[in-house]
Amino acid sequence: MFWNSFSEFLAMGNHGVYVWGSVGVMMIAMIVEPVLLIRGHKSLVARLKRQLRADRRTLSQG
Amino acid sequence: MDKRLINWFKFASPQAFYPLAGRMMPWFWAAAAVFGIAGLYVGFLVAPTDAQQGEGYRIIFLHVPASWMSMFIYLVMAFWAGLGLAFNFRLSGMMATALAPTGALFAFLSLWTGALWGKPMWGAWWVWDARLTSELILLFLYVGFIALQSAIDDPRRADRAGAILALVGVVNVPIIYFSVKWWNTLHQGSSVSLTKSPSMAMIMLWGMLLCALACWMYAIAVALMRVRTIILERERHTEWVRIELSSKE
Amino acid sequence: MLKLVRAIISRDLRLAMRRRTDIVSALFFFIIVVSLFPLGVGPEPELLRKLAPGVLWVAALLATMLSLPRLFADDQRDGTLEQLALAPQPLGLIVLGKVLAHWLVSGLPLALLAPVLGLQFDLSNDALWVLACSLLIGTPALSGIGAIGAALTLGVRGGGVLLSLLVLPLYIPVLIFGAGAVDATVTGLGAQAHLSLLAALTLGGVFFAPWPTAAALRIALE
Repeated sequence: MFWNSFSEFLAMGNHGVYVWGSVGVMMIAMIVEPVLLIRGHKSLVARLKRQLRADRRTLSQG
Repeated sequence: MDKRLINWFKFASPQAFYPLAGRMMPWFWAAAAVFGIAGLYVGFLVAPTDAQQGEGYRIIFLHVPASWMSMFIYLVMAFWAGLGLAFNFRLSGMMATALAPTGALFAFLSLWTGALWGKPMWGAWWVWDARLTSELILLFLYVGFIALQSAIDDPRRADRAGAILALVGVVNVPIIYFSVKWWNTLHQGSSVSLTKSPSMAMIMLWGMLLCALACWMYAIAVALMRVRTIILERERHTEWVRIELSSKE
Repeated sequence: MLKLVRAIISRDLRLAMRRRTDIVSALFFFIIVVSLFPLGVGPEPELLRKLAPGVLWVAALLATMLSLPRLFADDQRDGTLEQLALAPQPLGLIVLGKVLAHWLVSGLPLALLAPVLGLQFDLSNDALWVLACSLLIGTPALSGIGAIGAALTLGVRGGGVLLSLLVLPLYIPVLIFGAGAVDATVTGLGAQAHLSLLAALTLGGVFFAPWPTAAALRIALE
């Protein structure tokens, strides 16, 4: 292991803001994108299922 | 040989690809996580301080993979788009559409991390360095592609118009890069280069490669996710989507 | 082949002459945008000389964008475009004719007008001459590349803004070498290298761009 203490690791030799700013935004982006995709997929599946049920109902009634 | 060819065409249909993509996704997610953790471990815990740049250089473990991916995804996108245009595979157009937002995201991340790297190294958030400028233009190209596709309602036309734009873009990217470089040398660019550190230690290179692999796996996983949504949306009136939906009830 | 291109050019020119206001409006847009810059940054001759190449060239790009949406839209509306697409001659050649005609009514006037506007920026005679040359050599590429965007956005909602989004990034090399040529003259370096590269871009743009444009038109017409 390269670091002596955790606070040294966080400080990144006075470049902490820049390093953790990069890591943070990249992490957030790489978490938010899949989450949005999963939500989009689920809502699409739900919408299509509703349509399917509605279609069946009109078919059985008509 | 023959059999493999047939298999290929089998998976080229959206109907066959939809479940296959669903099965492949977890593997790519797992690979992305493993490579990501390994890369960050090597990059942030094992790799030593860079003699010239101090600890701030660790940003390149994120910046370089993001830049690589943004360029690579554009090439892959143009490849799928061209394939779709030439052979009329429906799936290729969907793949190109699915890749574009992820490519744009990586281009943005590359700019963001580049700016955060530049502030401590160059003393400025933004420098008109040839690489950064080209990356910005690449982001513009992605935005143009996405905007064009979302403005066209008919998905078939959107695919094919996007394909032409992507191919024109691919031809232009080297010209743009060359012209920006030329412009940059004439206007006295900065002396520090982003990736050309004089002696890149072996361990740093490993960290960067692992992070790049993680980004690659992530991009594939996300593209598969997005292409599944696109397939469902476009094929919603077909029989197999109905069966697929009712089987999940 | 040449006859076809010439026929298309003369037809488009006749049509353009019927709506001269469009050409004049685009020219005045160019004049106004260029004149706004000294008002925005102040009248110091030193600063203006430095800005002139970039300002004039960016204004030329924007002025070209104005006329691009109508490049194919009118022909599509009255059905001519469909006729042209069905013609036995290659559509790419027809597009080439339309691109050249577009340049004659948009790029050429800009190049002729630019030296006069350059006077506002206190450019030397050499620089004015190179400015006109660079616009003369470079603007055909703008028409060629722009035609691809015009064909892709044909009949698409929000076409005009979308068109600039697609085309302006592709204009960057032309801008760099065009403005660079004038800049090199101002700073005393030769403009030769810039102008040759600009000529190469124009040759490439004018002769290769019509083919993707033709493909995009066929897609739009389906």
